[in-house]
Amino acid sequence: MTAILTNLFDGVAYGMLLFVLACGLAVTLGLMNFVNLAHGAFAMAGGYVCMVLVNRMGWPFFAALPLAFVSAAAIGIVLERSLYRHLYTRSHLDQVLFTIGLTFMSVAAVDYIQGSSRVFINLPAALQGQFDVFGIGIGRYRLMIIVICGLLTIGLQMVLAKTRFGSRLRAAVDDPRAASGLGINVPQVFAFTFAFGCGLAGLGGALSAEILGLDPYFPLKFMIYFLIVVTVGGSSSITGPFLASLLLGIGDVAGKYYVPKMGPFVIYTMMIVILIWRPNGLFGRTAAR
Amino acid sequence: MFERKIFPRAAAAAVIAALAAVASAKAEDSIKVGLILPMTGGQASTGKQIENAIKLYMQQKGDTVAGKKVEIILKDDAAIPDKTKTAAQELIVNDKVNFIAGFGVTPAALAAAPLATQAKIPEVVMAAGTSIITERSPYIVRTSFTLAQSSTIIGDWAVKNGIKKVATLTSDYAPGNDALNFFKQHFTAGGGEVVEEVKVPLQNPDFAPFLQRMKDAKPDAIFVFVPAGQGGNFMKQYAERGLDKAGIKVIGPGDVTDDDLLNNMGDAVLGTVTAHLYSAAHPSQMNKDFVAAYKKAFGNRPGFMAVSGYDGIHLIYEALKKTGGDTNGDKLIEAMKGQKWESPRGPISIDPETRDIVQNIYIRKVEKVDGELYNVEFATFEAVKDLGKTKK
Repeated sequence: MTAILTNLFDGVAYGMLLFVLACGLAVTLGLMNFVNLAHGAFAMAGGYVCMVLVNRMGWPFFAALPLAFVSAAAIGIVLERSLYRHLYTRSHLDQVLFTIGLTFMSVAAVDYIQGSSRVFINLPAALQGQFDVFGIGIGRYRLMIIVICGLLTIGLQMVLAKTRFGSRLRAAVDDPRAASGLGINVPQVFAFTFAFGCGLAGLGGALSAEILGLDPYFPLKFMIYFLIVVTVGGSSSITGPFLASLLLGIGDVAGKYYVPKMGPFVIYTMMIVILIWRPNGLFGRTAAR
Repeated sequence: MFERKIFPRAAAAAVIAALAAVASAKAEDSIKVGLILPMTGGQASTGKQIENAIKLYMQQKGDTVAGKKVEIILKDDAAIPDKTKTAAQELIVNDKVNFIAGFGVTPAALAAAPLATQAKIPEVVMAAGTSIITERSPYIVRTSFTLAQSSTIIGDWAVKNGIKKVATLTSDYAPGNDALNFFKQHFTAGGGEVVEEVKVPLQNPDFAPFLQRMKDAKPDAIFVFVPAGQGGNFMKQYAERGLDKAGIKVIGPGDVTDDDLLNNMGDAVLGTVTAHLYSAAHPSQMNKDFVAAYKKAFGNRPGFMAVSGYDGIHLIYEALKKTGGDTNGDKLIEAMKGQKWESPRGPISIDPETRDIVQNIYIRKVEKVDGELYNVEFATFEAVKDLGKTKK
C-alpha cells in the first residue's frame, strides 16, 4: 500500500513538472495556433539562468526561480516581436522548420557558452532528502514542485476565467477579427501570452534540472514529452494538458516501477490508445481550428 | 550519348589519381594521425579529455618521433557511427593518415573497424570499452579498458567483503549489458545473489521509480552502470530517496564516479566503492606530475579518458620508434604488441595475443581530500586481462 502511495506521489510531482514545462506550448499551439517546437529552448534558458545565478553568483535558490521565469519571458518577448510574429500567418510547415532551426541554434549556443556536460543547481539543505508520512516516502524537492505547480495552475485558471485579460485572450483566440474590431489589441494580447508561456517554461526548466537533468540537448530530448502532453490533453484549455500531464506522470512512474522491462513504452502506449479513442485529445474540441 | 559522358569521367578519374599521387608524396614527410572523437554532443567531455591529453603529451615529448613530424588531424563524429565511418574514410582516402585513433563509444569503434582492415592501418581505440572491439579487426589495439575488467573485479571484491544481496541498475545498451553480465557471473559464482535486475533506457530522464524499486528490494548494495554524464543525476536521486540512509551502498565500475564530474556530485557519493583503472588520486609520482601538468594546462583534473588518450599517443610514439619511422601497418601493429610501460594509472601493457590492454584494476572509495571529492584507491588487482575474451 505504501509503495502505491509513494509512487503516486512521485508520479504527481513528475506530472506537475511536465505541466509547467508544457503548458506554454499548449497556449501557443492551442490558443494561437502556432507550432512552436523551440519551446524547450526557453525551458533550457531558464534552467541555465538559474544555475548561473545560484552556482556562480551565490543567489539563494528561491530568489533565482523568479529570475528564471523573467529571463525566459524576456527572451520570449524579444523573439516574438522580432521573429515569431512574422510567421503567425504562414503554413505550419514553415513554422515547424523555423522553430526547429531555432532549437538547433539554441543547443549549439548553450554548448558553446556553457559546455556540453550536464549541470546541477546547488540546492539548499532544506530541499534535500525525504521524510516519511505513515510510511510513505515524501521527497522534499518533489513536494516543493507539487506546491509551486499546484498554486500556478490555480492561478492560471483564475486569470483565464475571471480576469479582464483572460476574457480578452479567449475572445482574441475565438475570433481575432471580431476581437480587434471590438478594440482589443490582438497582437499585444498574443505577445504577452507568448511571453508568459515562455516564462513558465523557464521556471519549469529551473525546477527540472534536479530531476530530469539539464544539458544543452534538453530542448531536443524533451520535445517529445511536451508534444505528448499537448496532443493527449488537447490544446483548447489548460485543464486538458494539466490532467494529461498528471496521467502521463503517474503512468510513467508506475510503469517503470511495476514493469521495469516495459517501463519506457508505457507512456507511448497510453498516448496511442488515447489518440485512437479520442483523436483530438482527451479534452479537445471536436472542431479544431 | 553514352560515349560522350565517358570522356569527362575518365578525365576526372585521371585528375583525381594525379592529385592522390601528389598527396601521397607529401605524406611521406610526416606521420599523420587521424583522431576521431565526439567533440560535440552528449559524449563531448570524452573527446575533450582525450584531445587535451594528446596535446599535453606532444608538448612534453615534442612533435617529432624517429625523425618524422607527427601531425594530428582531428575530426568530430559526435559519437554517431555513420559520421565516424565518413570521417575515417575521408582521413584514410584524402588525408592518407597512418593511424586512426580515438573513438568515444563502442558503435563508433566498430564502424571504423572494417576500414582499418581494408586500409591496413592501425586503429588505436582510446575510449570505447566493449570486449568484442579488438576482435573485429586485426589492426585494432586498445589503450582504454574493457568493462569486463572492472565489472568482474568489483563482483569478486563484493562477495569477499560482506555484500551478499545486490540489485543491479544498468543502462540498456552494449556496455551496460557487458558490465551487468560480467558482474553477475563473478558475483554469483562467489555465492552472491542478485535480487533485482533493472535495465534503464539510455535516454532516461528520471531514475525515481527505478530507485524506489531498488529500495523496496532491500539489497546490501546496488550495482550501477550508467554512462558517465548520468552518474551525477543518479547519485543525487539515490540520496534524495534516502537509499544511503537505508544502508544500501553503491558499487560498480568507475564510470559512475568519473573524476571529470565527481566533484560536483555532492556528499551523497561519499563511500561509493568502485573498481576502475584510474583515479586522479593515484599515489605515484608520475601521476602527480601528470595531474599537475594537466590542471595547469586545461584548468580541471584529468579523468580516465584523458589517461587513455595519453597512453594511446604514447603507444603510437613507441611503435614508430621501434619501426624506425616505417609506417607499414602490419609492422606497426607487430611493434605495438607486447609493449609495456609505466602510465600515470600504473604499469600497463598490450596483450600480444588480443591487442587489448592489460592493467591493474584498483578498488576505490570516494573520500574527501583537501575539501574535494576523490576516488581513493585501497586495494589493487594486478595485471588484469580482458576476461571477456579469455573465455573463448
